[in-house]
Amino acid sequence: MAQMKFLCDAERCIECNGCVTACKNANETDWGIQRRRVVTLDDGKPSEVSISVACMHCDDAPCMAVCPTDCFYKTDDGIVLHDKDICIGCGYCLYACPFGAPQFPKEEAFGERGKMDKCTFCAGGPAETKEEEYEKYGANRIAEGKLPLCAEMCSTKALLAGDAQTISDIFRERVVYRGHEDGGWSSVEKAQMSGPDVSGNLDEMAYDATRATREG
Amino acid sequence: MHTLMQCLWRLRMVGVVLLLAVLAASLAPPSSAAEPDEEIGQAVGTVDADTWRQVKSGENFVDSRYDSTYNLINPSGETWRQIRNEWISPAGLIAIGGMLAILIIFYLIVGRNDLDHERTGRKILRWTVFERSLHWTVATLFIALSLTGLNLLYGKFVFRHIFGDVFWANMIMGSKLIHNYAGPVFGILLIVILAKWLKVNLPKKHDWEWFKQGGGMVGDKHPDAGFANAGEKAWFWILASVGLLVVISGLVLDFPIFGQTRDNMQWANMFHGVTSLILMTVALGHIYIGTLGTEGALEGMATGYVDETWAKQHHNLWYEEVKDNAGQPQQSDPPVGDDTATAHRPN
Ligand code: HEM
Ligand code: SF4
Ligand code: SF4
Repeated sequence: MAQMKFLCDAERCIECNGCVTACKNANETDWGIQRRRVVTLDDGKPSEVSISVACMHCDDAPCMAVCPTDCFYKTDDGIVLHDKDICIGCGYCLYACPFGAPQFPKEEAFGERGKMDKCTFCAGGPAETKEEEYEKYGANRIAEGKLPLCAEMCSTKALLAGDAQTISDIFRERVVYRGHEDGGWSSVEKAQMSGPDVSGNLDEMAYDATRATREG
Repeated sequence: MHTLMQCLWRLRMVGVVLLLAVLAASLAPPSSAAEPDEEIGQAVGTVDADTWRQVKSGENFVDSRYDSTYNLINPSGETWRQIRNEWISPAGLIAIGGMLAILIIFYLIVGRNDLDHERTGRKILRWTVFERSLHWTVATLFIALSLTGLNLLYGKFVFRHIFGDVFWANMIMGSKLIHNYAGPVFGILLIVILAKWLKVNLPKKHDWEWFKQGGGMVGDKHPDAGFANAGEKAWFWILASVGLLVVISGLVLDFPIFGQTRDNMQWANMFHGVTSLILMTVALGHIYIGTLGTEGALEGMATGYVDETWAKQHHNLWYEEVKDNAGQPQQSDPPVGDDTATAHRPN
């Protein structure tokens, strides 16, 4: 079975926010809800880097683990979806998620949250009819054999979506082409400066959500 | 005819623009498109280990999402998850389950604390109508909050499997609504009840003796006690400390509109979980002592009056001061203003 993942190639992302717009358009999310966002580090400086992020459809998803209603489930494709009929808008998934994926329409009294909304990997969600599904969760492009619209629309192909194996192959190919010695997680200059044994640090560089005690 | 002319004219204009573009391109410096090295030189800034550290540290970033101050990767959520799911949740089960087990074993071995002597039939006013209503309102809210709170923490392991999705959806939504709305009311009434009963719960010297004798379980005499014995005072001060922490952390969670950050909410949740589980555990003891554990105690909180014998046995110092008032229960309470009621609890 496929394991669906997003991968954003930070060397390519140009902060055009095309993915954000594509997502908003494909899923017609509620007012104020923006499932995808682009984070830019050191904005305006030479070291500026941008990365597009939404739900990462974690293998061991923290949102799923803390939800008091147990409304999350994982599809066979490894996509993390949730049932809005069961969600109570408690916000726990937001407290747990490292990527700020869950969002809430602000419509109820006293700031009480509405039903949680997050990226579905354009895979819709549980509903009786197609219309209801679209209304609640947005597009189900996966059912139509298509990939998430954000990645499809990415002008520089920085944002990749699809089976983890396939997209990491694509990324690996780019890395080989760019000549990164340490798996592409650091720059060419850096890699050349510090010699070939930087690869020992790969583990340090990769973010591992299950390693709870890492300060940060 | 007219439109055709316009079309042709436009085509000519397009041609001029294209020509200009080609000219401009040939005049420009040679393109570097085919040179990988140069391309990298123009690429996005350095993405290295420091970049990923910065991603987690939440420094120096902007986010394209409206209103968002959420950095790219925020690992504190995982820490919160571990603490809540792996520590607080099991510890709460152990505490509450352990307390229940202790109480059951205690009841089976030691049994009820009966009255040592016959009742005299003469009654003493202990709780006014106002106090009883207050107590039972707070108690009802407390139990409602406990059950709905426990459902939020443990319900998913049980009820969804038993009752199915639709029932579960309504049950958990109801739990959240009750919990969110009953909480603030409980908080206000808790403060009222604490203020009302503060005076009789101030610690006295004899309270220490009471504890040393385990409330009468060590040795065979009844330790001195005023209107409130040391055990009741302990419960009072637990409510005044842990109880208020439950209320405060609960309010932080209840109204997410005062700019609380996600980290604030994680802390508030852990605080609320730990303190409320402590409170529920101790409340089990309180409920046991007030019902099954002590003959005549529930009677006091239900009718307002206690038997002379009960007062003498459990609250001897108080009894000494009010015994002259013993008699038959009044049809109605002493008039509001509580002067008479105050006279019933001079210490
Ligand atoms: C069904 C549950 C409960 C029962 C059966 C119960 C029973 C009692 C009884 C019998 C008394 C009177 C003891 C005496 O006469 O000296 C009492 C006092 C008291 N109860 Fe409860 N109670 C319950 C729940 C609660 C809850 C939930 C709270 C607060 C959250 C609470 C707070 C108090 C306080 C503060 C006192 C006064 C203790 C003192 O300072 O004298 N009770 N309860
Ligand atoms: S919502 Fe967050 S925690 Fe849940 S799967 Fe998506 S990225 Fe992971
Ligand atoms: S907001 Fe909804 S999905 Fe998120 S943890 Fe609460 S009930 Fe679950």
